[in-house]
Amino acid sequence: MGLTARSLIRKMRLHQTTTNNVQSADTVIALAGNPNVGKSTVFNALTGMHQHTGNWPGKTVGNAQGTYTYKNKKYMLVDIPGAYSLFPHSAEEEIARDYICFGNADTTIVVCDATCLQRNLNLVLQILEITSQVIVCVNLIDEAARHGIHIDCDTLSQLLGVPVVATNARRGKGLKELTDQVHEINLNKKPASPMQITYQPAIEEALSLLIPRVQFLEKKISPRWLALRLLDSDDSLFQTMNRFWGVTLTEQKEISIALQKAKKILNENLIDETHLRDTIVANIYQTSESICNKVVRHEIENHHKHQLSVDRFLTNRMTGIPVMLLLLLFVLWLTIVGANYPSAALSELLFGFQNSLSSVCYAIHMPNWLHGALVLGVYRVLAWVISVMLPPMAIFFPLFTLLEDVGYLPRVAFNLDHCFKKCCACGKQALTMCMGFGCNAVGVVGCRIIDSPRERLIAILTNSFVPCNGRYPTLIAIITMFFVTRATGIFSTAMSALLLTSVIVLGIVMTMLTSRFLSQTLLKGVPSSFTLELPPYRRPQIGKVIIRSIFDRTLFVLGRAVAIAAPAGLIIYIMANFVMNGGSLLSHCAAFLDPFARLLGLDGVILIAFILGFPANEIVIPIAMMAYMSTSTLEEFESLASLRTLLVDNGWTWLTATCTMIFSLMHWPCSTTLISIRKETKSWFYTVISFLLPTITGMLFCFMLATITRLLGGP
Amino acid sequence: MTHHSLSSISIGTTVHVCALYHTGPIRRRLLDMGFTSGAPVTCLYQSPAGDPRAYLIRDTVIALRREETNYIEVM
Repeated sequence: MGLTARSLIRKMRLHQTTTNNVQSADTVIALAGNPNVGKSTVFNALTGMHQHTGNWPGKTVGNAQGTYTYKNKKYMLVDIPGAYSLFPHSAEEEIARDYICFGNADTTIVVCDATCLQRNLNLVLQILEITSQVIVCVNLIDEAARHGIHIDCDTLSQLLGVPVVATNARRGKGLKELTDQVHEINLNKKPASPMQITYQPAIEEALSLLIPRVQFLEKKISPRWLALRLLDSDDSLFQTMNRFWGVTLTEQKEISIALQKAKKILNENLIDETHLRDTIVANIYQTSESICNKVVRHEIENHHKHQLSVDRFLTNRMTGIPVMLLLLLFVLWLTIVGANYPSAALSELLFGFQNSLSSVCYAIHMPNWLHGALVLGVYRVLAWVISVMLPPMAIFFPLFTLLEDVGYLPRVAFNLDHCFKKCCACGKQALTMCMGFGCNAVGVVGCRIIDSPRERLIAILTNSFVPCNGRYPTLIAIITMFFVTRATGIFSTAMSALLLTSVIVLGIVMTMLTSRFLSQTLLKGVPSSFTLELPPYRRPQIGKVIIRSIFDRTLFVLGRAVAIAAPAGLIIYIMANFVMNGGSLLSHCAAFLDPFARLLGLDGVILIAFILGFPANEIVIPIAMMAYMSTSTLEEFESLASLRTLLVDNGWTWLTATCTMIFSLMHWPCSTTLISIRKETKSWFYTVISFLLPTITGMLFCFMLATITRLLGGP
Repeated sequence: MTHHSLSSISIGTTVHVCALYHTGPIRRRLLDMGFTSGAPVTCLYQSPAGDPRAYLIRDTVIALRREETNYIEVM
């Protein structure tokens, strides 16, 4: 194997772009803070943009930027990923560190969570060591007040030596003051003198040797902080510095001599490297503790109590996993029930319109072939995509976003961590897996929250084993047509939801099994450490969630599907009607693929539909139906029942249905996901692996199922 | 006061961090999360498999595996 995980992560790091060219704005403001403190909410509130937010650490990956104008000045706001400290542990924390150090922002707003100020001050104090142009934004001030926590922002501002603004970004409280402060600090450009942490005498002595040597970088970065990093041997920082500024500090002779002397002083005082780091962090925490003692007032003693009982229930040995499965079942049931009626109504409307379209075409004497290609090809596939795909998506996305907003997803990761550990993977993979339920491409990018490069790769390669939003409608349609035909009413939808849940659970099990397989073969290694913050539950903003998830996600995904379905419909129509050698092109292709597809329990048409569905999984079923319709005499379809007749007429049995479902669950990732995988891994090798892994697994699965069934005398 | 590892304390008890015996990045991570000497930690609850467990440190709930908590000395 040419690429090890280690060399790969090095490549990933080198390719990450961290600064953005922002010439258009007068002033650049960086938005930093711990994970999950509401940075994106502040960002959205200020810029009026709709960066997606969620109640779990690691939601923002990469830098997002937007602008706002205040008092005729244009500000560029950069939302950087959350970080616990400036000593990066993960790819996204490194992006954050690099932006603060090398991003040339005029001002940095550090967003803090008022409910746990002490830990947040750790980052504030670290950033204050780098730059004095800082505004501290104490967010979630209302939530803190509900928990009986009161913060004296004036005293905090005096102690830190920089402006402090209390906000509740969700309700827009305090944002005016924040923009005012940003304006002020950039208008006056007065040199602030923020609080500096003093370390023990030996460290200070060592620093005094180094500071003059790096003074020449004063305009760019604080020399004191740089000297501290030199003592600390923070190599990744110096590599990045070389990349951005072309400065190699450690190779400069006088610096390395000074560094040797400084380290000697530390050695004489029995401070080794580990001890130095401990001392630095301990010092920062002591400072934030003493600050908090002065500014934070707790009215209620144990404010975590009321959340604790919820958590104990959701993570309990007896109830934890069953509640998780029931929630999944419930969400899917709501999706199926809710989608039934609008789906039928939409298809009636759209197919009714098809007749009007046709009569218009006849009226204007449109040539038959053109009418066929446009109406029977393009329009009919579009109508199918919209009527079958839109309703389940428009219900599932908001429901899923609500769970995300409440803060349930980290609990899923907590519950499943033990299983993932057994597969030598990271529990946070459960989070990226959950994101995959929405969209696999998003899930792949989300894998940045996983610290270990090896575990991150495993999560990326296995992400497409969970069905994305584009595949649910396919699964739901097949289940409804073939497996719950006899049941009626509530029992039927409950059955459908139960079957769909089983398919998803199979996907999750396969994710774990392939993760285990990968960590024993291609990506050998032991599980690394695991630290996951479990944020407090928050009441979701229901109205906002529904509107945003429909407009930003559902319509976006649907738009993509439609854009791909139109040409695909045209291709399939042409293939079905282009006759040569006594058969249509489609029947030739299908006949060519048929023997292989039969081995998998599918047929040639289904396989073609999957291949044409490579750009978007949503169009697989519509394309297959188009193909069947063009070769069969049936013309009109109003309901799933008539569709079932069409499929059965074309030789579908319960085995075909099952194998199609399994293949839908496990086949190549869609093109968007593959592009994301290529971008995230910077490796063609792993992109190919991510293509082959689910494809081979799915094919093997289908082959075994089909063969065993046939041996047992099945269809 | 007796010294033992964080993994051995029972749910609901509060202890204070004495020392970390980790090396490498995880040591730094724990320090950044606030596991510095003297900091109070409470074990809140455990996952269905018993591991990882959730700890309250500096007003934040953090999930840690046994592998990590074995090397956190508390009293």
